[in-house]
Amino acid sequence: MDEGTGLTAEVVSEAGPRVRLSGGTLFLFVVLLLAIVGVGIQAVHDLNLFAVVTLNGITLAGLYFIVASGFTMIFGLMRVVNMAHGSLYMLGGIVAYLIQQRMIPTDPTSFDLPQATLGSFLIPLILATLVVAIVGLIMQQVFLRWNQGQELRQALITIALSIIIADQAVAHFGGIAKQISTPFRESVHIPYIGMYGTMRLAGLIIAIVVGVLLLLLITRTRFGMVVRAGVDDRQMLSALGVNVQVVFAIAFLIGAFLAGLAGTLGGTINSVNKADDSKFLLISLVIVIIGGMGSLVGAAVGAVLLGLLDAYTAVYMPGDYSNYGIILTFVLLVVILAVRPFGLLGRAG
Amino acid sequence: MIPARYQWPIGIVVLVVAALLPFVTTSFETSQILTRALILGIAASSLIFLASLGGGVSLAQTGMYGLAGFLFGNFVAADGGATMAIGIYPALALAIVGTVLVSLIIGLISSRSEGIYFLMITLAFGVIIKLIFEKATDLSGFGGINNIPAPSFLGNTTTDPNNLYWLALAISALVYLGVRYFARTPFGLAFQGVRDNPTRMRALGYNVIVLRTIAFGIGGLIAAISGLLNVWWLTEIAPGTIDVGPIIYLLLIAIIGGLYRIEGAWIGALIFAIIDNRLRSIHFVGDRTTTAIGVIFLLIVLLSPGGVMGIYESLVTRFRRPRTPGPTIASDDGTAASSVAGD
Repeated sequence: MDEGTGLTAEVVSEAGPRVRLSGGTLFLFVVLLLAIVGVGIQAVHDLNLFAVVTLNGITLAGLYFIVASGFTMIFGLMRVVNMAHGSLYMLGGIVAYLIQQRMIPTDPTSFDLPQATLGSFLIPLILATLVVAIVGLIMQQVFLRWNQGQELRQALITIALSIIIADQAVAHFGGIAKQISTPFRESVHIPYIGMYGTMRLAGLIIAIVVGVLLLLLITRTRFGMVVRAGVDDRQMLSALGVNVQVVFAIAFLIGAFLAGLAGTLGGTINSVNKADDSKFLLISLVIVIIGGMGSLVGAAVGAVLLGLLDAYTAVYMPGDYSNYGIILTFVLLVVILAVRPFGLLGRAG
Repeated sequence: MIPARYQWPIGIVVLVVAALLPFVTTSFETSQILTRALILGIAASSLIFLASLGGGVSLAQTGMYGLAGFLFGNFVAADGGATMAIGIYPALALAIVGTVLVSLIIGLISSRSEGIYFLMITLAFGVIIKLIFEKATDLSGFGGINNIPAPSFLGNTTTDPNNLYWLALAISALVYLGVRYFARTPFGLAFQGVRDNPTRMRALGYNVIVLRTIAFGIGGLIAAISGLLNVWWLTEIAPGTIDVGPIIYLLLIAIIGGLYRIEGAWIGALIFAIIDNRLRSIHFVGDRTTTAIGVIFLLIVLLSPGGVMGIYESLVTRFRRPRTPGPTIASDDGTAASSVAGD
């Protein structure tokens, strides 16, 4: 299972998911159809609500994609399951919050967030993302560089790091969820939908930009070419005179950068929370398992599926059952893995 | 490795000494260290069972352990659980059956993957089980189910922990012997064959997926038993009991003990229980026990590549390079010389 991942599958244009009309695929379609009909029946009652919920799901998917794309990229190239990816996400939010507090402290007598300016919003965001990228790079250089290829050991090392980061985060940050202040508090008007939060839209746009840039990086640059070659045959690439260690370091830096970026955005749109590490590790895992490990397009598909599922179950699950929406994530995972054991766009082995 | 003819005597001596321990330890030590180690040991043995015989590290075992506890709590309608009160023994049976069914489903799905993929998929399932109970407050109360009753023959498990300790010890012995026995049954041998060379086993006509799924179900059964002991011991269960932290601790226990020796489960659990208990009393560690445990974990995986870790590294390569010594069938004197670890 060391040869090949979806990172190459998607750049060769004709190599999409090989859809065979087997019983399993048919089953997947039936399940999807039932889900669409189920949501559809309720959606016709209130089309505006449906549009808002769909946009909620898509913006959520944007955030999920930024996290999962970093995870899948590290895995695709280096076979490292970075169990500390959720911790890097959480670290992004925490560092951004702490920097912003230095710039504009919260008034302890008031529950309101301090009013941020463009500077006191962007500077913490950028600094925190860079800090997380560097933390990720250090992590790779100190703990993962010298045991390349020992998949389980590397996973265990990142697990140990995630325990330490989580506990230190609680110690220095506390257990209460906090939010990063933004100047973009107003809503904007979108046709057919109405007023919608600016930051959520901004998050979606950033996610699309990230996705396009990553795809261009992988398909159009020399670095991307080297990465694709490394995914297929690490030894051969090294033998050809490419400094694989530098490629790995840059890839890990980018992966950690994406986790940090998502953390700062998530901390602005939602909140900075001590439980985010396990939550976003799970989200990364599920998206990458659904989409196919190492596949960028797969991560996008998985993120949209999971985002929409989260948004629809929050609204359309009947009455008291909306808390059980997480069970549908379980069902989604089971159904997709039953039909495509390597994920929607994953390649066997 | 201990020669085969000494295995039974040594095993019996260990068991007798363990059974007599509560007479020399305080009831706090019996409960917080010994009983805890046995319960965690049984849970870890389900992980080691799958890792040693099947070659896959399952992180869903903590989920199974919690699932059994939550099901039992709900069926006996303890505080915070749903109201569907039935007797303790039917509840016990239903909790075990329910947990095994869920683990068969998860096993069926994750059996198609191997190595690091198997680890990721089972981790995802483990965390999802936790999230289901966290969100579904009808099933888990707000902050957990409390006052879960234990069977009456155990007495009050808080004031008199000895009965529960002996029960956990007896079950540990049964699980240990059961796993050792299983490794020598035709099914157990086929399961180990799948670990060493799935392709060849498939060619020989074995259904690899079914073999792995049933074994995963057995792992779920062992985890369910320890989950029930756990709720009798703690008298409560909360979603936090099966969070990512505890999932990782179970893996840590298995790693301390050695992923490929079933007796390592209890050794690892005992070391973990002692460390966890003693760390709290060290001044500079204080509230940061988790960090200390994380550092210990990190040191173990970093520093012992030839020792403990050397075995784990072979886990991944195991799929490509089958191990030469298969489990031996029987030694000269007729006693089982087979080792789960295939030493």
